[in-house]
Amino acid sequence: MNISDNNPQTAIHCESVSKKYGKILALKNISFDVKQGEIFGIIGPDGAGKTTLFRILTTLILADSGIASVDGFDVVADYKEIRNRVGYMPGRFSLYQDLTVEENLEFFATVFNTTIDENYELIKDIYIQIEPFKKRRAGKLSGGMKQKLALSCALIHKPSVLFLDEPTTGVDPVSRKEFWGMLQKLREQGITILVSTPYMDEASLCDRIALIQNGQFLRIDTPENIVGQFADILWAAKSDNMHKLLEDLRNDEQVKSSFAFGNSIHVTVENGQLTVDSLKKYLIERGHNNIEIQSIEPTIEDCFMELSNTQI
Amino acid sequence: MDTVIKVENLTKRFGDFTAVDNISFEVKRGEIFGFLGANGAGKTTAMRMLCGLSIPTEGKGTVAGYDIFRQPELVKKSIGYMSQKFSLYEDLKVWENLELFGGIYGMSDKDIKIKTDELMVRLNFEEERDHLVKSLPLGFKQKLAFSVSIFHHPQVVFLDEPTGGVDPITRRRFWEMIYDATASGITVFVTTHYMDEAEYCDRVSIMVDGRIEALDSPSNLKKTYIAKNMDEVFQQLARKSTRKAD
Repeated sequence: MNISDNNPQTAIHCESVSKKYGKILALKNISFDVKQGEIFGIIGPDGAGKTTLFRILTTLILADSGIASVDGFDVVADYKEIRNRVGYMPGRFSLYQDLTVEENLEFFATVFNTTIDENYELIKDIYIQIEPFKKRRAGKLSGGMKQKLALSCALIHKPSVLFLDEPTTGVDPVSRKEFWGMLQKLREQGITILVSTPYMDEASLCDRIALIQNGQFLRIDTPENIVGQFADILWAAKSDNMHKLLEDLRNDEQVKSSFAFGNSIHVTVENGQLTVDSLKKYLIERGHNNIEIQSIEPTIEDCFMELSNTQI
Repeated sequence: MDTVIKVENLTKRFGDFTAVDNISFEVKRGEIFGFLGANGAGKTTAMRMLCGLSIPTEGKGTVAGYDIFRQPELVKKSIGYMSQKFSLYEDLKVWENLELFGGIYGMSDKDIKIKTDELMVRLNFEEERDHLVKSLPLGFKQKLAFSVSIFHHPQVVFLDEPTGGVDPITRRRFWEMIYDATASGITVFVTTHYMDEAEYCDRVSIMVDGRIEALDSPSNLKKTYIAKNMDEVFQQLARKSTRKAD
């Protein structure tokens, strides 16, 4: 069944989806659309509801209320059709540890009525890196290699939509960059990708993102627009005593928030409340030397913190 | 300042694979020491040797004044450890976890009681004292896990990716707890994949293929590698890796 008002260009449609586990509301009224060929990121901490959303969309669990479709197929009525069309890489490594690299890939190809040869082009760039170890058992691979094998297995039936649940969690920054490079290439081949991550710096690699916390979307937009909508003034502050600087900033009532950000402290101030000069003066009075205060562009992490702050 | 960790030419081999290859460094009391490296660089193996859980193949090392070859049990008593997996007992209450860990580390009942009361006030946890750990939100568990790891006031605490997956505000609050711990004289040895957190360390080492490729303060590392931030330093060094699948 095709949902009548469904745009053919919409790969994922989700409307007012909610899910409870006992008393805990895991998802509250989630609505969003993912266009065909988009990389859409669900960004938020552990326990925010990311995996629950993925399981509903991949037809592994049922929502309590709301409707959702993938490729125009309803997640309840047409679940079999969806299972044939999507690729899913769960957060936890779930390939067969006792099968070799090659056997795992063959197994997934067979389950989906295809062969490795038929879709080899699609996985070639990724699989070629683990092919030298194709006789090795999956359980004996390193983290990075497991990740590449899991992605190959999720792709071997040429899915139209790829669901990646925290593919880069616990992965070092170099391997994370490499992984995102692979995703960009898959997008060029027309595959829609829904990907979740707790790493805020990965947001800029997505076409659009949803920031999620406590089962609710804080905002859905392009990374650029989310940054553009940051409501406060943002400064990066430094002095020769960073620990005391954080304390003194927190004690200034005109400062809305202050948190460590790498080698500086990000300070938010409501519009028109405080000037750089008056803050500098306040800090000099408190004995700080080599004070630097600079107006800066917010990162997605600043935006997430601002949005989640206002909701608490 | 005295030295809490001292390691010389430490090596660990598994068969013909050298996981940790001749590393040497010192950590001073009260320091926050960041221990970085790509997956598979040898961080976990090195950390296990420092915690007295794995006997090195070669080299010398002392932690909290004890020899990691000959006195691994005394090493274990003098350190704290927390990993991303928290290692709290989910089916015990908050105070029961504290009592259990305090007891294991040989604290007296009286000491445990005083410190439990004090901790509950400091963390604003008085209402949760009798709650099962599994009912606590993630951020609470993380704070509690850290508090448990330093409950017996160890000389040094090892934190293995302590902030993975938590929200950005909780992550920063956690680092504020780390600073408080160092102010009370505890040395912190920490691994992380968040490069902004590398900036919060006094000194940082970066492991590549079992060796320590760089060790300095974040500001000196950025100067040496002409980098804007620690992520760039890390990317430059970790890309040198030639280590294969395992």
